[in-house]
Amino acid sequence: MASEEASGGPRRSRREPEGCVSRGDKYSVLLPTYNERENLPLIVWLLVKSFSESGINYEIIIIDDGSPDGTREVAEQLEKIYGSDTILLRPREKKLGLGTAYIHGMKHATGNYIIIMDADLSHHVTNFLFCRKQKEGNFDIVSGTRYKGNGGVYGWDLKRKIISRGANFITQILLRPGASDLTGSFRLYRKEVLQKLVEKCVSKGYVFQMEMIVRARQLNYTIGEVPISFVDRVYGESKLGGNEIVSFLKGLLTLFATT
Amino acid sequence: AVPSLPAVPMTKLAQWLWALALLGCTWAALATGALGLELPSSCREVLWPLPAYLLVSAGCYALGTVGYRVATFHDCEDAARELQSQIQEARADLARRGMRF
Repeated sequence: MASEEASGGPRRSRREPEGCVSRGDKYSVLLPTYNERENLPLIVWLLVKSFSESGINYEIIIIDDGSPDGTREVAEQLEKIYGSDTILLRPREKKLGLGTAYIHGMKHATGNYIIIMDADLSHHVTNFLFCRKQKEGNFDIVSGTRYKGNGGVYGWDLKRKIISRGANFITQILLRPGASDLTGSFRLYRKEVLQKLVEKCVSKGYVFQMEMIVRARQLNYTIGEVPISFVDRVYGESKLGGNEIVSFLKGLLTLFATT
Repeated sequence: AVPSLPAVPMTKLAQWLWALALLGCTWAALATGALGLELPSSCREVLWPLPAYLLVSAGCYALGTVGYRVATFHDCEDAARELQSQIQEARADLARRGMRF
């Protein structure tokens, strides 16, 4: 059943979903948030617009980890505007990490596919492309890549590009993962695939996303790719310090030695 | 039917160590003539420093590849611009629907 928008317009259509996405499919978008008061309304608006226009059945699950900046209030307003069938609030007490946020979100997801993405507007909203790509190849996972096709970035200086490409090069050589962008976090999973993978993965941060793909390959899941644009933060701050690089390398070597 | 052991795939580290050990032994055997294999001395002259050459080539390949990829890293001007206009639209529409920022 297609989601309704609560107020403000007779928008909801009976149109056929585009691109061979069937009526029976529902896509749950998981948005873990921490201090995203500025970005959250915008990302939700973009998702609603994009899914409505393509006639795809969806829901958005917001998992706020007790943000002190009022993200939760903003989420509650969105729930009022769009309805609690479309916007599900499943907050947590404090910052508990991404893996557990996914587990928590999935418990309440009624879709058969899960989309994960960043809530800070760094991922240009092209969710429909993921849905379509998944159908094209009947993939278990569709991974957004910044490194292929017309995928790319905006707002990165030379240093950041070098680090990104260098890290990816080492990762490809060591892990031969079969996916071009391992640290990206814009992905679509079949729900049961994500459930299985989150149980098995133990790392944190960037490495967690890498481990998901590596474990997926071990379990012989199929992975498709879609180019994505990563637009560096419009509001808020971005961090890529020495600490992150060190923990990335440690995580990479651990995966190298254990998988 | 003969029961077989479940295959445990080798870790990537194990694969690398295996490959290096194999290549290393082959090189050592050929380069030192340990197997009684007498190769013409021109071959041995090339063979002896081969690992060093390969290492340097690998380094150059790595630098070249990463350099090329950095240079051709796509800059998404369109996406950034589209995002900006989408933000304007979003703020206006949400405000109409009663959102208090």
